Amino acid sequence: MSRRLADRLLVFAMRAAGAFAGLLLVGVVVFVLGEALPALEQVPPSRFLTDATWQPGGGEYGLLPMLLGTLAVSILALLLAAPLGIAAAAYEVLFAPRPLALLLRRLIELLAGIPSVVFGLWGLVVLVPLLARLEPPGTSLGAAALVLAVMILPTIALLAADSLAAVPTDLRRAATALGLGRWRILRTILLPVARGGIVTGLLLALARALGETMAVMMVAGNVVRVPTGLLEPVRTLTANIALEMAYAVDSHRAALFLSGLLVMILTLGLVLAAERLQTREPES
Amino acid sequence: MTADRCAGIALGTAALLVAGLCLWIIGDVLARGLDGLTPAFFATDPLDAGRAGGIRTVLVSTLLVTVVCLVTAAPLGLLAGILLAERTRGEGRGARLIRHSLDTLAGVPSIVFGLFGNAVFSGLFGWRLSILSGGMTLAVMVLPFLIRSVEASLRSLPPELARAATALGLSRATRLQAILLPAALPGLLTGVVLGLGRALAETAALLFTSGYGLRMPASLLDSGRTLSIHILDLAMNVPGGTANAYRTASVLIVLLLLINSAVMALARMGGART
Repeated sequence: MSRRLADRLLVFAMRAAGAFAGLLLVGVVVFVLGEALPALEQVPPSRFLTDATWQPGGGEYGLLPMLLGTLAVSILALLLAAPLGIAAAAYEVLFAPRPLALLLRRLIELLAGIPSVVFGLWGLVVLVPLLARLEPPGTSLGAAALVLAVMILPTIALLAADSLAAVPTDLRRAATALGLGRWRILRTILLPVARGGIVTGLLLALARALGETMAVMMVAGNVVRVPTGLLEPVRTLTANIALEMAYAVDSHRAALFLSGLLVMILTLGLVLAAERLQTREPES
Repeated sequence: MTADRCAGIALGTAALLVAGLCLWIIGDVLARGLDGLTPAFFATDPLDAGRAGGIRTVLVSTLLVTVVCLVTAAPLGLLAGILLAERTRGEGRGARLIRHSLDTLAGVPSIVFGLFGNAVFSGLFGWRLSILSGGMTLAVMVLPFLIRSVEASLRSLPPELARAATALGLSRATRLQAILLPAALPGLLTGVVLGLGRALAETAALLFTSGYGLRMPASLLDSGRTLSIHILDLAMNVPGGTANAYRTASVLIVLLLLINSAVMALARMGGART
């Protein structure tokens, strides 16, 4: 093969692969939307979000209980994990002696690498029986929020630590020279300067919580009902898909694809918001 | 100074709690899972829906799914990554668009990839619930990470390397094959190994693409469950399956830890070279 031909082939293959990769996102959206269309034709879109009855057998596809379940579980998880994650990050960057900081970081990275199904297993076997002592059966909104909180903790802590550590050392030195204590430096200089990065981490963590299936499904109890208490079972949008896809046909199946689309819109909205925040940051 | 002390204690407690949670989960899985984990566990087929016996067929299915995933994703990822790392083409509007699209794709929840795979590979292509469908779904899922890591490792090479190769009059193909790719090898491998880790940890995308098949797969068109699906099924659907769920979970965790240390070793290799 001549050099020119080899080069041309290579360039062609590179372009084809690049175009294919770039179009994958469009493909995912188009196919999921395509499968969801039959449901949208049958029921007006607003009904899916306002109707509280999910009875696939009777053609009732209200997603409201699941949507509220997803939001409740994820927001609660974020509220639990955010203070803990940011505090641990601040300790790592500002207070901990170096070996201890390294150890802490390794442990958090280790936690980040654990598969969600293992979090679910731990939640089901260890956490749920503990909660069941308070009020049986233990599989509940609270259990799901706790497991999710542990799961998103590394995202929050790692990104917060990175953005705290990225604050220019001049600022820190100047503050130290002024005789400020570490707590004041953290509160008045590091946290405000690193805010963009920390918030990015929180948004990404929330996106991860909204899109999570396994860890939630294994401990949430999965009863279709608008949640009213922490120890009551809930079902999330993702768990609903995972539980019913196996036997869903026709409009039921379409409704599940529609819930997938809804989850995707929620998470991608957050991811794009996080991205915007990150690209805007260097100028400010 | 007392404010500092209080803050140190409060933040330290939070850090201790976080560290404790990590150790609790990993310790729990290993403590329960390594108990009764014998070589026979790997070499015997699951019996009684997985309550008894081992995970031989599950290991085979896992291996096949990940091989399908990597064999599909690696060449595509390599080519697209080279494109994005190029000095001229990589800066254009098209490249920016591809990069943006890939970053967004990386944020799509895994269950949505499962729906996509079910619609396209299982439905449209007619592969039903099979190792092929599952592996392809995972390939779509890991591709963004693979491409971006190929791009990053090529970009981290000193620019003189490419310039010198061009000055020698080497063709683009030779330049890549003989100089740039070997130099970037540790980084490229890191990307592949990271992709492998993601594929192994995935459950939701496989539920309705490769499915729950427990028998030894005879071909890529058979359903086969991976380690993570096996853990899910034993924990949720099989009463009395917890012991084997934990054993499987500890196998999975140890595998992922090995992958993690491979990544770190590769990163060190890459660092030492440049």
